[in-house]
Amino acid sequence: MIRSDVLKEIAPILREQLVVCNIGIPSQELHAIDDQPSNFYMLGTMGLASSIGLGLALSQPKPVIVIDGDGSVLTNLGTLPTIANNVADNYILLIVDNGSYGSTGDQPTYAGQKTSLTKMAEAAGCERVIECQAEDTGRVLQEALDAKQMTIIVCKCESGNAKMPPITMDPVVIRDRFMKTVMA
Amino acid sequence: MNIDKKITDDLVANDISFVTTVPCKQLAGVIAEIDAHDSIYHIPSNKEDEGMGLCAGAWMGGKRPAIIMQNTAIGVTINTLATLIQYYRMPLPMLISYRGELREPIACQVEMAVHTKALLAQLNIPTYHFHNQADVEELDAILKYTFMCNKPVAILTDANFWGGYGDQ
Repeated sequence: MIRSDVLKEIAPILREQLVVCNIGIPSQELHAIDDQPSNFYMLGTMGLASSIGLGLALSQPKPVIVIDGDGSVLTNLGTLPTIANNVADNYILLIVDNGSYGSTGDQPTYAGQKTSLTKMAEAAGCERVIECQAEDTGRVLQEALDAKQMTIIVCKCESGNAKMPPITMDPVVIRDRFMKTVMA
Repeated sequence: MNIDKKITDDLVANDISFVTTVPCKQLAGVIAEIDAHDSIYHIPSNKEDEGMGLCAGAWMGGKRPAIIMQNTAIGVTINTLATLIQYYRMPLPMLISYRGELREPIACQVEMAVHTKALLAQLNIPTYHFHNQADVEELDAILKYTFMCNKPVAILTDANFWGGYGDQ
């Protein structure tokens, strides 16, 4: 399974939750598969999805699911200690770990080589870290929601992208409809 | 006047309840004051762009955020300011230690000081410079202005404002 297959499978779970989605093709895929006002699409600023989601989870009670990538987490590795030390039990970080920089041409990341993001999250102090295969993502994600405990999921999947159009929605529109969903 | 308490009181009076910090020696007192304050969630960040991501999320979650950092971080955060804070039109007060100004003992700090205002101007970020302690009286109005216009706003605080750096 590639990332878009995973997103299709978990779309029914995501639909009911606040979702912060990583820059580039992940956001394009989620937007094309199941656009929702409860999705915050990042149009720029690689690496900050996990941080935006943490700030959101710490500031209001609804569950927050962040869809991130291995390359983006590697870009902002300082996020893992911050997450571990600021526990928000409504926060789920789903790292779609396909071992490549998907949006830029599938160049390999270090996470696909010697580096384990699962072990790095554990070493940072994150208490509930679950590595799973792509096929099990839906079950693991639902269990994380049910557990009501901060969870880092490292979903190992194949490299590759679905062909989806860029998001043309204005960023202020994305943000405004997202905030209305947060406050609803 | 206890400058650290005055700044913290202004933040609280403007309903700012989520503050991320990357430390600077000049800012140590205000960071300690914020950390001790019950109505502020203080979340230290490892890098300033990470901190701006936290603030963006907090604001969308209904809290008013602020970031406290050194001016060297302007070099770190230009992309985040342009493509997250400005692009999505979010308010962000930035209380910045303006290192590399008069009474600075570390020469390297001057290298970013000479770029600081030019970079902020290039980004069209409203910028205020506190040089004397009395300048802090404008902080309350600056915070109100920031949340009125939904923009990042820079408050540069130099060594003279803090009563010197290393020569107090």
